Amino acid sequence: MDPKTAQRIAFTALFLGTCLVIVPVVFVLAVIVKEGAGIINWNFLTTQPLNGMRAGGIFPAILGTLILVSGAVMISLPIGVLAAVYLNEYAGERPLTRIIRLAIINLAGVPSVVYGLFGLALFVMFLQFGVSIIAGCCTLAIMELPVIITASREALNSVPQSFREVSLSLGASRWQTIRNVVLPNALPGIMTGTILSVARVAGETAPILFTVAAFYLPHLPRSIFDQTMALPYHLYIISTQIPNMPRELTFGTALVLISMVFIMNLAAIIIRVYFRRKKLW
Amino acid sequence: MPLTTALPDRCDHVMTRLEYSAKDQSSALKPPPDAAGVIETQGLNLYYGTFHALIGVTIKIQPRRITSIIGPSGCGKSTLLRTFNRMNDLIEGIQITGNVIVEGANIYAPGCSIEQLRKRVGMVFQRPNPFPLTVFENVAFGPRVHKMAGRGELMGIVEQSLRAVLLWDSLKDRLHRSALELSLEEKQRLCIARAIAAKPEILLMDEPCSALDPIATARVEELMTGLKSRFTIVIVTHNMQQAARISDDTGFMLLGELIEFGDTDQVFTAPRNEKTEQYITGRFG
Repeated sequence: MDPKTAQRIAFTALFLGTCLVIVPVVFVLAVIVKEGAGIINWNFLTTQPLNGMRAGGIFPAILGTLILVSGAVMISLPIGVLAAVYLNEYAGERPLTRIIRLAIINLAGVPSVVYGLFGLALFVMFLQFGVSIIAGCCTLAIMELPVIITASREALNSVPQSFREVSLSLGASRWQTIRNVVLPNALPGIMTGTILSVARVAGETAPILFTVAAFYLPHLPRSIFDQTMALPYHLYIISTQIPNMPRELTFGTALVLISMVFIMNLAAIIIRVYFRRKKLW
Repeated sequence: MPLTTALPDRCDHVMTRLEYSAKDQSSALKPPPDAAGVIETQGLNLYYGTFHALIGVTIKIQPRRITSIIGPSGCGKSTLLRTFNRMNDLIEGIQITGNVIVEGANIYAPGCSIEQLRKRVGMVFQRPNPFPLTVFENVAFGPRVHKMAGRGELMGIVEQSLRAVLLWDSLKDRLHRSALELSLEEKQRLCIARAIAAKPEILLMDEPCSALDPIATARVEELMTGLKSRFTIVIVTHNMQQAARISDDTGFMLLGELIEFGDTDQVFTAPRNEKTEQYITGRFG
């Protein structure tokens, strides 16, 4: 075969392969939107489920998911950024830091149901938080940690070394240098990574299954030691546990969940583009 | 880090000066009158791991003069410069023996404040490296870090510093624009202003013109000559003509040793050492 033909065949194969990536995304979205869009209205988003969840809205689940992800990020963001700053700016190349780094990589690979069991054992039982929002937030926070730490380290790493040198040469201490020079310049990267990690855990069912999620609650949670409903778990039960469930309701719930995740991803992309345009070094 | 500290008592007056500065933040530190702006090394050795980068360097740099350090690449001139403000501390596996005495105090003695040392010994780098902040924020960085000024005084320091590098007139209406919009030469002047704003006694310059075109270089050289009435300036340069043009004293380094140090005219016209003569006449390097 002459090289030109070979090249044409190769490029065509590569192009088709790339197209195949888009197909499932489009297909999933199309099905969910087609089946679920009809039910989305203000009432659906803001009212309680009725009639054994076969009617009414999904407000408690939306609220629960918002509470869980914001609570989780409030725990994981400070810890993750502190860890990333320590690893990147203070700790040198020592056996201990290498082990920590390895642990973080492995943490990212742990299956989500294992996080759920771990959360059940540590937060629900050992620390006696009970099945509660706080236990769920902690579990999700641990899941977010590796992503936040890795993204933050990358962001810190991308701050030019010369900025640190100048700051130190002007008599700033290492901490002043980190606070005034390194962190502000790493912030966009840290924010992007954090939002992506939040988007990832927002749709997780397994970690909240044993730690916080309620099948049905007639009232909204009143404290962090209450259980709450949450979108992924709600979706799971209405699609598997309840007979005669209106199809529309299931797909409408899925559409709300996927939209929340998309909005978060979009926010991350917007932040990244905005700062990439602004960043000039 | 094993450091030989032959003069531990030297640091004492640094500490008392620190206390003094804490009482009166706005006034510059006052070293002993005869030591102001003086840098002295005695038998200075520096090792990167097993590599012997500085070998027995003894030099006395005089105040209110421009001293240039010349020599071929890798001779240790930048390393020497960076011992004067302890920037080499950032490199792992570094070992130093001997003394570096800045304004009468042994800066490698335990208990010496690196931050206070670097406040007194400013540095300008090879590539202009302003922070991605406004012009004002760049110049105000040092004074803010050292809490040298209240709100009202900060503007005064910024203006003084920009005037000293002849940027005030062109930038006074652009103080709150990003420093990254400036030309390369303006950026380097801004970096000098940023170093000056911390009110140092000594300015270290590590090939400050090597990123600039010849015209900008000439103007920055002119600026340095103007600044020497107020600062001790030590400049490392690849450019022998530059050393000859602007410096009062010249040191020639080769393979980690200070081969010759003296009045610039003497070093360039009647070098005492054969290697110096070979280098400045272009036979190697």
